[in-house]
Amino acid sequence: MSTAAPRTALTAPVRELGRAVLFLLTAFSRMRFGRRQFAEILRQVYFAGVRSLVIIVISGFFVGLVLTLQTYDTLTRFGAADAVSTVLALSLFRELGPVLAALLFAGRAGTSITAEIGLMRATEQLDALDLMAIDPMERIVQPRLLAGLIALPALVLIFNVTAIVGGVFFAVFLMGSDPITFWSNMQSSVELVRDFGGGLLKAVCFGFVAAWLAVWFGWSARPTSEGVALATTQTVIATAIAVLILDFILSAFML
Amino acid sequence: MKSSHQIELTAGIFLLLAIAALVFLALHATDRGVVSGDSYELTASFSNVGGLKPRASVSMGGVTIGMVESIDLDPETFEAEVTLLISSEYDNLPEDTSASILTSGILGDQYVGLEPGGSPEALADGDRILITSSAMVLEQLISRYMFNSEGEGEE
Repeated sequence: MSTAAPRTALTAPVRELGRAVLFLLTAFSRMRFGRRQFAEILRQVYFAGVRSLVIIVISGFFVGLVLTLQTYDTLTRFGAADAVSTVLALSLFRELGPVLAALLFAGRAGTSITAEIGLMRATEQLDALDLMAIDPMERIVQPRLLAGLIALPALVLIFNVTAIVGGVFFAVFLMGSDPITFWSNMQSSVELVRDFGGGLLKAVCFGFVAAWLAVWFGWSARPTSEGVALATTQTVIATAIAVLILDFILSAFML
Repeated sequence: MKSSHQIELTAGIFLLLAIAALVFLALHATDRGVVSGDSYELTASFSNVGGLKPRASVSMGGVTIGMVESIDLDPETFEAEVTLLISSEYDNLPEDTSASILTSGILGDQYVGLEPGGSPEALADGDRILITSSAMVLEQLISRYMFNSEGEGEE
């Protein structure tokens, strides 16, 4: 029995991953669309998206401000302060927008999804739905998965706009850069499909992964208050790691 | 707790806001390509294009009139074959127009500058610009300068 323990320690994460994938496949295989399903997705977009709006807008604005502040300070040493809008737009669209919004989304929306489903599990609401012949996969899991897929790209777009507003505020209003140069430099350096579209593709992937992990950890949480607390923590950690790894892989493919 | 009607309305507004953000960013912050609308192609071969990249701008007299479509190496002459996409608005460039690869500023991007000639004939789609001058490569310039000053010292 001495080999059993290390083998379990080694295989446990892999088994967990396999179960999460099977869970996802089950959720998608039982996909059904109807008026009611769309209404439920819209409700979840409200809970995951609209409720995250405040943190996204405030963070976006200050990320734009600080990014412009730092690059402006550095670029003026090389006499290239005009390039500040290029740096701002490229780093936002390609990396910072999708990644930061996804991390904030995991903290704001992912945790609440996990806690909600975990509590449903703990209070046996999922079993109750099953008894009433309502498929919890269809009523609970699918709307949240699809809502993450829709809400995060939307949040990323809003994050990018507020960050650019923050950048314009700092560069144009505080530092007195020429607004026409600011915009034209940004326009001439950002490519619509490669930079902007690539960032949006990342946002869709991150939204999907964040929603998947949040739903999975809630679904598989041990039905105790301790189990729900643990699952909520795991959601944030797993999403942060998954998003950063996936970000590297996607960037490597796109460049 | 808000009513479900209100929730759906807010979610709808949220998505509309995101679409507005998408349109704003796509139109206002990205490169739609220098050439919009009709255009025609010209080719020019250079012995060295330096750091010229596809989508670089093509300008005449400082006004952008097109962009670089593609850069390939001619397998026979071993010269760089640059395809330029010029806006159809400017379809009366003289036949003896010359092309040179220039740099905007010291750290700026490289672009193709066109200099009009005096011929009454105009360049048409698919034509070739015959008079070209290559990119200025800084290393070559420095080595030539050093070589020349050494030569002068010997004399």
